[in-house]
Amino acid sequence: MELIRKGAEANILLEKRNGEKIVLKNRIQKKYRVPQLDFVIRDTRTKGETKLITDARRAGVPTPIIFEIDRKNTTIVMQYIEGERLRELLEKLPDNQRAEICEKVGQQIGKLHNSKIIHGDLTTSNMIYSRDCIYFIDFGLGYYSLDIEDQGVDLLLLKRAFLSTHYKFADQAFEAVLRGYRKVLGRRAEAVINRTKEIEARARYVVERVTR
Amino acid sequence: MSDTKLVNRLTICLGVEGTAHTIGVGIVSGSKILANVSRTYVPTKGGIHPREAARFHADKLKIVLEEALQKSNINLKQIDVIAFSIGPGLGPCLRTVATAARALAMRLEVPILGVNHCVGHVEIGRLTTGAQDPLTLYVSGGNTQVIAFESGRYRIFGETLDIAVGNCLDRFAREVGLPHPGGPQIEKLAAQANEYISLPYSVKGMDLAFSGLLTAASKEYYKTKKLPEICYSLQETAFAMLTEVTERALAHTGKSEVLLTGGVAANKRLQGMLRLMSEEHNANFLVVPFEYAMDNGTMISWLGLLMLQHGVRHTIEETAVRQRFRTDEVDVVWR
Repeated sequence: MELIRKGAEANILLEKRNGEKIVLKNRIQKKYRVPQLDFVIRDTRTKGETKLITDARRAGVPTPIIFEIDRKNTTIVMQYIEGERLRELLEKLPDNQRAEICEKVGQQIGKLHNSKIIHGDLTTSNMIYSRDCIYFIDFGLGYYSLDIEDQGVDLLLLKRAFLSTHYKFADQAFEAVLRGYRKVLGRRAEAVINRTKEIEARARYVVERVTR
Repeated sequence: MSDTKLVNRLTICLGVEGTAHTIGVGIVSGSKILANVSRTYVPTKGGIHPREAARFHADKLKIVLEEALQKSNINLKQIDVIAFSIGPGLGPCLRTVATAARALAMRLEVPILGVNHCVGHVEIGRLTTGAQDPLTLYVSGGNTQVIAFESGRYRIFGETLDIAVGNCLDRFAREVGLPHPGGPQIEKLAAQANEYISLPYSVKGMDLAFSGLLTAASKEYYKTKKLPEICYSLQETAFAMLTEVTERALAHTGKSEVLLTGGVAANKRLQGMLRLMSEEHNANFLVVPFEYAMDNGTMISWLGLLMLQHGVRHTIEETAVRQRFRTDEVDVVWR
């Protein structure tokens, strides 16, 4: 077993089983939290992520296939996706190709939202480009909701991720995401996008005020 | 005055802070802090009333200024530049301080610089702890931000989507009748608890939200009256959220230092949690000394000096206050 990534909340281990590469996502104990809170967080996220990943695929969004879940050790065993994270890929692509990918991302978010799924941590680190598909991973902060507010926050997180990580082209990229999102959600998309602006204005020190 | 004199190592900058409840004056020469004096407005009841706070600032500025000059053993004529907190903050407070700063600068015939309060916190943190390129968790009554430097700007990787963590603690304290300031009282009571009560945990990516937690904690108090337990659980939950978003940002940015600043930085439990987390990621954990973690004039004068030495100049028109001045709007030309 090889540790391929030490994430914030989980260790990602790579293993070969029957000649195939698999990934073990192990949510490790956090000593800084009280044990009761720590276990509840790890357990609910492990359980929730498993279900969300499967449901997302049913909704038409590529995700890794889940093989096993070990609740006691808060570990998920899943398919290894060989590819490049959008975080690095987007920085390298020319404008038109980047826009194309972002639009596809928007469509996939639309599909998730149509299926009641909130990803909860939409960043370009959690999207892997592989075999012409964009795989969404890391559903640990996800949940089920059709609420416009929840969908608005979901979109806003991606916008903020663009602003902090891809500041050079954040605005165009997010516009492309919204184009794809609108294609899937139609009229409802506007309600969510408007709510996103509203939530943004609710936070601190935002110049743009939205009046209802 | 010529620009060569201004960028001299011994340039003396006087900074005035007054974005919220603290009026402070700091004097810096080179990278040496000569004085840091402040007074804090304590509301007789309820939260900060912006106009009352502004009146307090106007009233106390003279004595704060005199004390700072006395401590640093210099006179007004030796001041080379005036800096003040231009925002973000409470409108009346900002305008009061800006007016005073303009009057000083014009009277002394020296340049004036309006500086960003949040960036001031980060820069004084770097100066006093020796941190080089930290991931900063800035937590106070008005702000909750996870900040890191990236290509010329301090970018916000995570922040509160509603109220600041310090505001959450203060308002809970008020709700249950604890004296102001609430944070230290809650910390003290939490030490007597022997049970963790489950409260809503709200992390959204690298952002967080505290208003649901505040409501739930208040409700729990009216239901059970177990004050120490609720204080403990409130701290544990809020700080675990803060530590988690800091951890996420640390993994995301790959920085090797974690810097804690702002009024809530004084909390020992929060420090402990962040220290444990930082160790796990082999990052160096640093806490800004209390005096400079709270709102203070020194951070304003230090940032003003940095800006001056890197060619930033403001006209009087450019010193209009900016209540909603974001951390990531500042061009960080000095790094």
